[in-house]
Amino acid sequence: MEHLQILIVLIPLLCAPICVLLPGGRLPWALATLAAWTTLVLALLLLGRIESEGVLSYALGNWAPPIGIEYRLDYANGLVQLLLATVASVVLPYSYRSARREIDNDRQPGFYAALMLLFAGLMGITATGDAFNVFVFLEISSLSTYALLALGRDRRALTSAFRYLIMGTVGATFFLIGVGLLYAMTGTLNMADLAERLPAVAGTRTMDTAVAFLVVGICLKLALFPLHLWLPNAYTYAPSAVTAMVAAISTKVMVYVLIRFLYTVLGADYSFGQLPLAQVLMVLAVIGMLTASAVALNQPNAKRLLAYSSIAQVGYMVLGLSLASTLGLTASLLHMFNHGLIKGALFLALGCVFFRVGSTDVERLRGLGRAMPWTMAAFVAGGLSLIGVPLTVGFVSKWYLVLAALDQGWWALVIAILISSLLSVAYIWRLVEIAYFQPSPSRDITREAPLALLIPTWILVLANFWFGIDTRLTVGVAEQAAAALLGVGP
Amino acid sequence: MPNHVILRVVAKVLIPVITLFALYVQFHGEYGPGGGFQAGTIMAAGLILHVLIFGQRVTRKMISLRVLRMLGACGVLIYASVGVTAMLNGGRFLDYNVLAATPTGGQHLGIIVIELGVGLTVATTLLALIYIFIERIRSSD
Repeated sequence: MEHLQILIVLIPLLCAPICVLLPGGRLPWALATLAAWTTLVLALLLLGRIESEGVLSYALGNWAPPIGIEYRLDYANGLVQLLLATVASVVLPYSYRSARREIDNDRQPGFYAALMLLFAGLMGITATGDAFNVFVFLEISSLSTYALLALGRDRRALTSAFRYLIMGTVGATFFLIGVGLLYAMTGTLNMADLAERLPAVAGTRTMDTAVAFLVVGICLKLALFPLHLWLPNAYTYAPSAVTAMVAAISTKVMVYVLIRFLYTVLGADYSFGQLPLAQVLMVLAVIGMLTASAVALNQPNAKRLLAYSSIAQVGYMVLGLSLASTLGLTASLLHMFNHGLIKGALFLALGCVFFRVGSTDVERLRGLGRAMPWTMAAFVAGGLSLIGVPLTVGFVSKWYLVLAALDQGWWALVIAILISSLLSVAYIWRLVEIAYFQPSPSRDITREAPLALLIPTWILVLANFWFGIDTRLTVGVAEQAAAALLGVGP
Repeated sequence: MPNHVILRVVAKVLIPVITLFALYVQFHGEYGPGGGFQAGTIMAAGLILHVLIFGQRVTRKMISLRVLRMLGACGVLIYASVGVTAMLNGGRFLDYNVLAATPTGGQHLGIIVIELGVGLTVATTLLALIYIFIERIRSSD
């Protein structure tokens, strides 16, 4: 049973080369889907084991930490792993029909291999307790993301993937420089060991430089305002299944890395007490929330609109963690999970639209409320969750974020959250109005998307409501994770 | 460059030596400087020289892009299978000690097989990159 921790990374990682060896599109797809479902079971089992045994540790190659690489699992990464596995097990069944439409036949095995590598990389980032290992998995996931984004049919996919390659490489390099400086100061790469040794060298100029590199590098990857410029195009022109996968989980994992480094490795006392990180992150998060939502209002393409909304939502997560309180951190972790479900559902619904209409331009949505009722209903339900209507997950995480802000008396933050939510009402409404209240321009009738696409979409939509009503699992885990990260819990 | 006799003759002499040196670096990596990555690049250098002198069509007859992709994936699988074998033998992932009767023997065996996988993947991937680049240049002319 102790091997579960490594298997959850190893299974997708092993599937990637096997996908390349398999012919056609059906076999690689079946294997990848099976792998994703297995990881979902493993993630649930692991969460159960964390509950009964506390923090889990696994020494790779039986080299005891801190010498060897340690995989270390507590509630915080257990929750992220559950999100990753859930999204992957829904997106992969979806990807079969969608990828056959959008990707050349001879590229299919490579597509599934890259998807599995992306998944394994993100899983690895969350699984590991070693700072350098995070970088290795970060590169695995980033390189496969660049390839996946470039697979889009639109030729602009190539330039947007290239731009992300440049920005992403800068981010990863900054992260590596930061880790290198930490290693130079302490002589260790194990996160728990780093946390013990860093207080002795805190306050030196090298440490300040290391933190600066780390934070800027991670924020580039998680697209915090003003480092978000790579994101809108990358999401817009990628294949539908890739957008859903990347939008739902990639940036979330980087938020997790930021939390892990700021709270576990550097310690909240240092990063928020001695360094002015809270102020910097909070200001950027609020500006991002407001400006990205405002920019989203006027986008000509629905995928691009949601991409800007993602930047705003990342703002919520960073805002939560910058409050440096148990409540704020709970809100941040919760929103990480919930927003993964929301954006996954929304992008899958847009993928259905793209499947039938061949475009996600806002103009082309006209009359789709009648032509594709189930798809647009899924979109509206996801939109309600994004806005934060009660009974949806969006409401739960925003509620906790508001509570966290009020707890510290930050009325201005509450107003900013409300304004940003109102803006999201406006941009979702714009799409709903076009889809439902404007007649279809052409005579030819667009058919409803096939069930192979609708069922995965609706599973995620229903998950939005399920976890919005029954919050025991998500809130319980997020609260315990936040308490453990701040060192006040058991 | 089909007409350059000197280049062709020198390449024919050099390529076997380069390949032999690659194998030396591959199997000596355990005791001295070297290992799978270095050996893979040297091996690929020999093959790339073959592409440059005799043209990629001739090299492709020996090793096609399809085969390269397969071999590259196999290299990763060889690496991972060592880790999985260790788990099946009752150890942890990549724990070489349990691979053979004695821990020392296990460490020897483990690192040799792992480096073989690395070498295979590095050599095939580099050659595949060259094939793809040449194709791109041809098609843009």
